[in-house]
Amino acid sequence: MTEKMEMTPLGRRAFVKLAGGGAAAFVATTLLPGLAEADAKAVSAAIKKLIGDKKTKPGKITLELPQIAENGRTVPVAFEVSSPMTENDHVKAVHVFAEKNPRPDVATFRFTPASGKARVATRMRLAKTQNVVAVAEMSDGTVYMSKSTVKVTIGGCGG
Amino acid sequence: MAKPRVKVPKSVKKGEAFEVKTLIKHKMETGQRKNKKTGKMIPRFIIAKFAAEFDGKMVFESDWHPAISANPYMAFYMKADKSGPLTMKWTDDKGKTVEATSKINVSG
Amino acid sequence: MKKVKIVLATTATALLVAGAWAGSSFAAGKWGEKQVEDRRSGYTYAQPETRGIQDDDFQNPGMVWVDDGEALWSKVDGKAGKACATCHEDAAKSMKTVGTSYPKFDKKLGKPQNIEQQINECRTQRMQAKPYKWESHEMLAMTTYVRHQSRGLPMSVKVDGEMAPFFEKGKAFYNQRRGLLDMACKHCHQDNAGGQIRANILSQGQSNGFPVYRLKWQKPGSLHRRFRGCNKQVRAAPYKNGSDEYVNLELFVNWRGRGLPVETPAVRN
Repeated sequence: MTEKMEMTPLGRRAFVKLAGGGAAAFVATTLLPGLAEADAKAVSAAIKKLIGDKKTKPGKITLELPQIAENGRTVPVAFEVSSPMTENDHVKAVHVFAEKNPRPDVATFRFTPASGKARVATRMRLAKTQNVVAVAEMSDGTVYMSKSTVKVTIGGCGG
Repeated sequence: MAKPRVKVPKSVKKGEAFEVKTLIKHKMETGQRKNKKTGKMIPRFIIAKFAAEFDGKMVFESDWHPAISANPYMAFYMKADKSGPLTMKWTDDKGKTVEATSKINVSG
Repeated sequence: MKKVKIVLATTATALLVAGAWAGSSFAAGKWGEKQVEDRRSGYTYAQPETRGIQDDDFQNPGMVWVDDGEALWSKVDGKAGKACATCHEDAAKSMKTVGTSYPKFDKKLGKPQNIEQQINECRTQRMQAKPYKWESHEMLAMTTYVRHQSRGLPMSVKVDGEMAPFFEKGKAFYNQRRGLLDMACKHCHQDNAGGQIRANILSQGQSNGFPVYRLKWQKPGSLHRRFRGCNKQVRAAPYKNGSDEYVNLELFVNWRGRGLPVETPAVRN
């Protein structure tokens, strides 16, 4: 965190005013300064690498993410893809991306009919406010996509 | 690598999906941090793969990238027709693995 | 007339009691044991997802350190050929109130010492083993494991008698402005608790969950580590881990949280 050092000591009230008493979350600047960030183009490229030229459809995926992350280093994330998970109709893989991380790939999860449910919960790192994207490949070749925005803020208490 | 923690239900119904929870201690070093003293980049070192096998077959697999948080927690689902061991393997960037086995008890 | 008076008095008392009961249960309401009067655990300022991680012993990464501490507890270490378990046997019994009552007065030293210092005293003097470094994996595992044995019990440090002068020093430190930003602990944690500092919500700075698994640190950290961080944040030179200043401050901060349940290992931002 970079903070300008004041030449004169600030009084308490002035500091609290500067810090801002607003309830709205801040849009953060990157927590990893100087590194190139991935954006929507990079995510598209990453998705293409994994599923080829197939078109994605909306639906089937429920993404569970907090609206505002308590801390970008540990953001609980879960998803479920609605599917009977039978031999003839199941989810083959789910790929998760973070649009504005230094690298967009987060993880790939591979399922079989023995999975029973295409539901996973884990914790991820988000470098800044961005979209988390989930892409589900089904056994019949169709591909679904869903995204959700998570606000990642700069705090004031380091230590 | 540290010994992983695994939680499975005490008993499960035949053919019914149930949740398996896993947690393993690991820094998941991204490769994008700088050593403040030397100025050099700290090399990437993460757990890159997780695989769960039951009854000789793969039931669930996962590839992890540095965006997975430190001390990775992951919960997934599976179903079983008969009792038996569930073997799970975590593999890091350097190819080292750690295994854990949990007994799945199928009732009725 | 007398009968009426008695009836009136009884009714009045009953109403008062009912009022007090309703009042206290209202105050106890939302946060249950995590709030005592106007003292609130940091848990009550955290987001629901973060609280969820703490509440699930399996998901709580701090519990990994509890497991490691448990292993160390029975491990023989040092020239005396002892383990913690040799003298203290079952930690769940022998350590039960350690987390609620330290720092405690040490007669030999003539001043209070905290859990880390007590652990190293046992290691060096009774086990003839090397002391653990303050923020080492072993020390964090041991302190998390030990303090975890008090989980759910209310904090209750002794601050009178021989502890009084150290308590006063801790209190003075808490209220003393320091650093380029010229701020005291109280400015954030007392006067502005519940308010915001940039996008963080300020808590009361309670110590009942330490060592805390901080999402920011991605591992547990000691209370003195947090003190050092807070001091650096206001651009003040931090004191050393285990310094008199920080042990006295720890005593005061633990007193500030009296009645709050020990939550070790807590999960915070």
